[in-house]
Amino acid sequence: MGRRWLVYPYHTWMLLFTVIPLGLIFFYAFTEPNSTQFTLENIRHAAEPVYLGVLWHSVWLAGLSTLLCFLIGYPMAMILAKSSVKYRNMLVVLIVIPMWMNFLLRTYAWMTLLEKNGPLNAILLHFGLPAIQILYTDYAVMLGMVYNFLPFMILPIYSVLMKMDQSLLEAAEDLGAGTWTSFRRITFPLSLPGVYAGMIMVFMPAVTTFVISRLLGGGQYMLIGNVIEEQFLAIGNWSFGSALSVLMMAIILVSMLFLSRYSKEGNGGGMFF
Amino acid sequence: MEFLKRSYAAVIFAFLYIPIFVLIVFSFNASKSRASWDGFTLRWYADLFDNSAILNALYYTLSIAVLAALLATIIGTLAAFAMYKDMRPWEKKIVMNLTYLPVLNPDIVTGISLMLLFIFMKINLGFLSLLLAHIIFNVPYVILTVLPKLRQFDNNLYEAALDLGASPAYAFRRIVFPEILPGIVTGALFAFTLSIDDFVISFFTTGSGINNLSILIYSMARRGIHPTINALSTLLFLAVLILLLAVNRRVVRDKK
Repeated sequence: MGRRWLVYPYHTWMLLFTVIPLGLIFFYAFTEPNSTQFTLENIRHAAEPVYLGVLWHSVWLAGLSTLLCFLIGYPMAMILAKSSVKYRNMLVVLIVIPMWMNFLLRTYAWMTLLEKNGPLNAILLHFGLPAIQILYTDYAVMLGMVYNFLPFMILPIYSVLMKMDQSLLEAAEDLGAGTWTSFRRITFPLSLPGVYAGMIMVFMPAVTTFVISRLLGGGQYMLIGNVIEEQFLAIGNWSFGSALSVLMMAIILVSMLFLSRYSKEGNGGGMFF
Repeated sequence: MEFLKRSYAAVIFAFLYIPIFVLIVFSFNASKSRASWDGFTLRWYADLFDNSAILNALYYTLSIAVLAALLATIIGTLAAFAMYKDMRPWEKKIVMNLTYLPVLNPDIVTGISLMLLFIFMKINLGFLSLLLAHIIFNVPYVILTVLPKLRQFDNNLYEAALDLGASPAYAFRRIVFPEILPGIVTGALFAFTLSIDDFVISFFTTGSGINNLSILIYSMARRGIHPTINALSTLLFLAVLILLLAVNRRVVRDKK
């Protein structure tokens, strides 16, 4: 205590670069364009059915992608956690490596793969199978979300599974529980904090993305992230863009509170709360 | 069962790696089309080094990443030290939450909010705003890597140095700094990679003419797909791979 000279610069830093910027979004959301007059007009405008529809579509796609990541990722996390010590770290590194590649390039790679005359269809045609055309549809956007964010689901579940007390499983076995029972009654409930952390880490970037939807969904495709981006960079209506952002943040906050409540009931060991 | 597990893992790994593999293969394809293989070529790699837009973007990406990592590391380390030593518990709680806020906030919100801030502060959107934005989003990550190292540090050593007449700055430089250096270096490398990889925040805080690689790739991918992007991807992937293997070795060594 006493030497406060080191503390104040960081207070100032946070005020200037964390608090004020967020404050500006709220300021623009609740004032009339080009004035400081308080208004709820922007929020009302953002809550019109058109935009609520886009918001709902974004939440729906991100939610489905999160569910898919969970269904695909959980078994993978279990396989990793149960693999032999010799290979385990290498396997985890193999999960992480694709994340090191620029996220735009990974998404762009799917554009290449899914193209009408792309490699995927070339292979399908080679085997006499019908070509698939999902590029610029919901399916391609969901594929992009699952592909980009799957490691975010696998890794937190894996780390929770690794920390689990193995003697619990042995005790269950001694008491006559089968594999399925001990999974359902012990492994799964104890892994829930990892599942919730994974869900937040997948859902958050998925629901706010504007890149995956623009590249894999095509030019006219709109998720809430695209509408916000357009308002700020193409149309220049900051008030409306800010109102949409506030609405989006509210939805994220609600879903995070929802998940964190359950994660506390689980084990209290979530990643963020 | 064992076979089932292995096949499942193989399918997941294939899913994760096939797109990357395809990009790398097509960077050597003589044909512009992705449906046919017309033989091996290095033409796209050569084109890459004649392309001033790409070279410029590479220059901005690297210079911003180096500067932002350096400055964020200095600011973050000092902030972590202040939080560790000189903050009251309730104050620390608020400060920690505010530090976490940008980490939890969606990138698009961080990007927009910083764009609004820069325009509000009459900072022209361009190199300076881009650099500032990168420093700002890097600082929390540096703090979050340095703070655990500080918690491991034996505070008695620092107290002893002060009792023996060292000034706080001297004690920090000679006692604390060498102890937490591994954490600082890891934080700096972390910041560097985050900065190289960032798209969303850069997209909102840059000005005309200043593109980093991510922004360039985004605009190129939207306009039409050209094989030079494949060549660029391959080189970037290799670069990041080498960099992160180096980081990984560091982390492993720190643990020993």
